[in-house]
Amino acid sequence: MASDAGRDDFIIAIRSAFLKKGTRQKFSLFTLLIISILVLSLEYFKSGPIHTFRSVTKDIIFKGSFFISEPFVFIKNNYYNFKEHIKMYEDYNYLKNKNYSLDSLKNENQFYKSENIRLKKLLDEENIYSNEFLLSKVLLDQQSPYLKSVIINKGFNHGIKLGVAVKEKSYFVGKIINVNFLTSRILLASDLNSKIPVIIEPNGINAILSGQGHDNYAALEFLPKLKKIKEGDIVYTSGVDGIIPQAIPIGKVFSVDEKLFVEFFVDFNQLKYVKINK
Amino acid sequence: MTKSNIKKIYHNFIHTFPLLFLFFLAFTGFDLSFFLFENNYSFNFIYAVIFYWVLKKPERLGYGLIFLAGIINDVVQNFPIGISSINYLLLCSIAAFIRARTLMPNLLYDWILFLVGILIISSVNYTILTLVFDYPIKYGTLMFGSFITFLIYPLMSKLFDRITLIDLREENAN
Repeated sequence: MASDAGRDDFIIAIRSAFLKKGTRQKFSLFTLLIISILVLSLEYFKSGPIHTFRSVTKDIIFKGSFFISEPFVFIKNNYYNFKEHIKMYEDYNYLKNKNYSLDSLKNENQFYKSENIRLKKLLDEENIYSNEFLLSKVLLDQQSPYLKSVIINKGFNHGIKLGVAVKEKSYFVGKIINVNFLTSRILLASDLNSKIPVIIEPNGINAILSGQGHDNYAALEFLPKLKKIKEGDIVYTSGVDGIIPQAIPIGKVFSVDEKLFVEFFVDFNQLKYVKINK
Repeated sequence: MTKSNIKKIYHNFIHTFPLLFLFFLAFTGFDLSFFLFENNYSFNFIYAVIFYWVLKKPERLGYGLIFLAGIINDVVQNFPIGISSINYLLLCSIAAFIRARTLMPNLLYDWILFLVGILIISSVNYTILTLVFDYPIKYGTLMFGSFITFLIYPLMSKLFDRITLIDLREENAN
């Protein structure tokens, strides 16, 4: 008898939790759970009106999120500006003591570029990558253990395509993984799921740069057995995937316990404007 | 702005605090991340907010709005749209079930059941993301994040208790 009453209580509690509408509640939990499952099942539609509706909804939410996050972004930017300001004197001395001879380097670079174009013509090799980059503003900076990404204010309405490379100044940032009507999402090279084909110079060794979920570095994978890589070697995009252009600088090699990592040139916490390959 | 207007705004703010806080967290994807043993972990404040308010004052946080917050969170965090809503609503159902079965509320009891609740929904979350959507997610990170969220629950519960008290005082004063 007592166990029957206990079971009845249990069933009543479950029924009341799922089906009963509480005070000021318009829907029962059961109804909303069914709606959620239906919404989730719509994820299978990757094109058509549902996809368009999803894109517009995402755009609206991103814009809303941008306005709500604005005060915090302002505080964060000021914090980094303040830090930079404190470091200014140190940076000034560093730059003053360094002998750059920028003009000669620029001329040398121009010479190699022209030579490269001529040699490619001789080999009948076509440049499949576009050199056009579209400037875009970073709306949202979404960095959690599961995702390192940023949202930008350009979407397929501006000609953004899935998978294309993104740069800050001349350095590699990541690639586009999600394109909406007016906004897009960039997967940063630091994300756990980011895998970028790279080339390590000066020896021209191919590898895969794998994000570790850390803002400052990523790991080098699929390296040859005879490694001719030194600390300080520069890592560039190799372009073998046919989407990301080659020769975009990513970072510098360093090693920890014989494992090779790449320290990014870009500070992912301070992205304000980025350039997207068209 | 007169003194009474400021008081009215303050009263409305305190009254709608759970809702404002929930949507703030959903829209900004706010979390306090930190590194431990080379892994990045973070608190999931939304779980604590939903569990506490559905358990203690369900009239302040409508299920429909929790569903909406889940949709927003999915868009911001780049999850398949609807997954967070399912998680939040499951957590609501666990909290509502506990509410229906509890005669004498007690923090320790709530705290332990909160752990059970978030472990269930984290498992559901992981299962759907990996099996259905083939989403690359680390089980260890997810579970450790849930455990950390469990640890901060008493702190958040105390803070929300204070807010509920202030709200009650404001209501009685009017």
